[in-house]
Amino acid sequence: MRIKRAAAIAAVGALSFAMTACGGDSETGSSGSGATGIVGKAESQKKLVVGVKADQPGLGLQTGSQYEGFDVEIAKIIAKGLGVEESGIEWKTTTTPNREPFIQQGTVDLVVATYTINDERKQKINFAGPYFIAGQDLLVKADSPITGPEQLEGKTVCSVSASTPAKRIQSEYPKAKLQQFDSYSKCLPLLENGQVDAVTTDDIILAGYAAQSQYAGKFKVVGKTFSEEPYGIGLKKDDKAGCEKVNEILRAAASDGSYKAAWDKTLGSSGKAAPELDTSKLTNCGSV
Amino acid sequence: MSSSSVLYDHPGPRAKIRNAVLSVVFGVGLIALLWWIYTKFDQAGQWEARLWEPFTESTTWTQFILPGLWATLKAAAVGMVLSLAFGLIFAVGRLSERWWISVPAGAVVEFFRAVPLLLMIFFVFYGVPFLIKGPVSAFWAVVIGLTLYNGSVLAEAFRAGIRSVPGGQSEAAYAVGMRKSQVMRLILIPQAARAMLPIIVSQLVVLLKDTALGYIVAYPELMQRGINDLSANYGNIIAAAMVVAVIYIIINSLLTALAGWLERRTGTRRVRVPRQKRPVAADSTIVEPQG
Amino acid sequence: MDIFTDPTNIDAYVSGFLWILKLTGASAVCALVLGVLLAAMRVSPVPVLRGFGTAWVNIFRNTPLTLVIFFCYFGLYSTLGLSLADDLNLNNFWLGVVGLSVYTAAFVCEAIRSGINTVPTGQAEAARAIGLSFAQTLRIVVLPQAARSVVAPFGSVLIALCKNATIVGTIGLVEASTVMKDLINSYGNAVILIFLVFAGTFAAFLIPTGYFFGWLANRLAVKR
Repeated sequence: MRIKRAAAIAAVGALSFAMTACGGDSETGSSGSGATGIVGKAESQKKLVVGVKADQPGLGLQTGSQYEGFDVEIAKIIAKGLGVEESGIEWKTTTTPNREPFIQQGTVDLVVATYTINDERKQKINFAGPYFIAGQDLLVKADSPITGPEQLEGKTVCSVSASTPAKRIQSEYPKAKLQQFDSYSKCLPLLENGQVDAVTTDDIILAGYAAQSQYAGKFKVVGKTFSEEPYGIGLKKDDKAGCEKVNEILRAAASDGSYKAAWDKTLGSSGKAAPELDTSKLTNCGSV
Repeated sequence: MSSSSVLYDHPGPRAKIRNAVLSVVFGVGLIALLWWIYTKFDQAGQWEARLWEPFTESTTWTQFILPGLWATLKAAAVGMVLSLAFGLIFAVGRLSERWWISVPAGAVVEFFRAVPLLLMIFFVFYGVPFLIKGPVSAFWAVVIGLTLYNGSVLAEAFRAGIRSVPGGQSEAAYAVGMRKSQVMRLILIPQAARAMLPIIVSQLVVLLKDTALGYIVAYPELMQRGINDLSANYGNIIAAAMVVAVIYIIINSLLTALAGWLERRTGTRRVRVPRQKRPVAADSTIVEPQG
Repeated sequence: MDIFTDPTNIDAYVSGFLWILKLTGASAVCALVLGVLLAAMRVSPVPVLRGFGTAWVNIFRNTPLTLVIFFCYFGLYSTLGLSLADDLNLNNFWLGVVGLSVYTAAFVCEAIRSGINTVPTGQAEAARAIGLSFAQTLRIVVLPQAARSVVAPFGSVLIALCKNATIVGTIGLVEASTVMKDLINSYGNAVILIFLVFAGTFAAFLIPTGYFFGWLANRLAVKR
């Protein structure tokens, strides 16, 4: 624990240093030259590269050459707000381990991929949003008696190995039996044939699976979250102007109904009503 | 012993009957087992059309399986080239007479042969960025991991190969006034390389299979794209895994067949380039990677 | 650096490597038995057995181990309903042992087959001349002599098996590589130390094993 605290202090130091050092860069970038920052790039090239998940139904799912899902719709709203046509967006598959590297290397301009905002990640990149507050939940069979995590004693729960949800189950509900894989898509067939009793991760991801046509009516999300996961939009750490612009676009989307439309088009089929986008919680984009 | 038939006599009438009975009993047992597996999969609904229909759609191939296969082949090809270079450098290094070259070279080879590839790929992806102060892509994490491991295996094989070249060869080379580096470059390595061809190809099979470990850093290879991503769409994970397994088996069987062909070719000592009298290379029997 | 003084981490580290040792031990025994049987099949006079042995070797040698173990979980357990233990971890452990064994047996089989090839033809001919059957020729004359020359390849196979045991982590057994991944997730700034400890532990086991087999192979080598 001592290490973590030391790291956090160092990180805050580095962060504020980087912010003051690089703030000027992004200002010049946004002035239209297009050298740095997404605002500049969108203005000059009318193009954006957006990283989304390829294997999360309802959020970011690659279906052939298309991507679809709530994250994808949010990315479209942002692109539109930056003045980029839908045809100007290049989609790129990102996965949990490569999101930070992709942003840092400039492989992608933005990441909208079930990306939980946390301090460790803030050391490497900048977050706009959150555009959604997810929470860890359970997916069970439609006729299952399980109503919350405290009933998992002696039951088998499936999750992704070494992930935050898996660790939370281990530490807070140690009497549950934990089956771990490298992807959630391996948990679903096991839940279907009863070899695991529940699948656990963020409620929105679970809702995405429950809404898939091949599982329609078979599963339900318990609806009792036991953590808070604010989903943000990842950008380069020094792109403060871009971050603020994205937050501004989100604010507009919350009031003009496009946010709700994005939900209804994708995760709406899970039966969950569109949430309110709480614009008071938007990040300060790394300002201290 | 070249042919296994020396182990038993040409079957007489009784042996023929016995063999036939054994064949039938074993064959029937095997078919019964396969049938049982088939019906169990059937009961579980694994042969349902909806699980297999995605494989008749072109997007399944053009967007998932072929890009995955391409990523697998790309990592294997780049990994192989780098492994060969790594193997050659460290084999020569380990054979050096200067201890400050041979000892570190030996330590590197021994270490990387003993560490699981999974750990190495993981470390290159998450650990090396701390050292170089910049991110490492999943592709390079996989390729570097493959290179360190397979390069070390090849280094040992090359070393055995170079040592297997008859001593007279290098003695003769020294006698005509060649320097040590020339002896290695012009006399020993070319002769060893010919005997090493089969093992190089069979190591390529190992390398190709090991790209599957790229899952740990989410490298989008054949298993990631063809199994995880595809089944996120259709929920057909077992069907997808069967298709991917068949693809692996076909490609690797072709490579294995190539290795066998090369082995026979070098085994019969047919000289490919008849421009000058080539010294006879060592037999290809030393090619087992030892460890 | 208090990562490796925290008792929970030490426990995780120890149990991770214990799983690796157990997987290696159990799979080595099963793979050896299975490999000898397969090799006997491949050189036997019965065509169906030969075909079976060949098919086995070609299928398992050419499939990534990750996929073999995947099929053990999703084929044997999930679809065929073959539960090998009531406890979740033990069940995954035994499924892992099955996967490692059938995969490694293919390599054991090939090592034995090339070992059989090193036994001079005259040995088997003499055995047949004094009236020994196929099984007797193999058991009494050929295999004992072949055994000496397969020591070195067996060493390589055993070392590969031990390293491959980390892949059982893909079906959820918390073995050494999963523990390492876990620790790196919680102690992001000590990645290098964590890697060196885990890689070093493998090296400490496996480098001496390699030298031992090398020494044994030299000692037992038949000077011809």
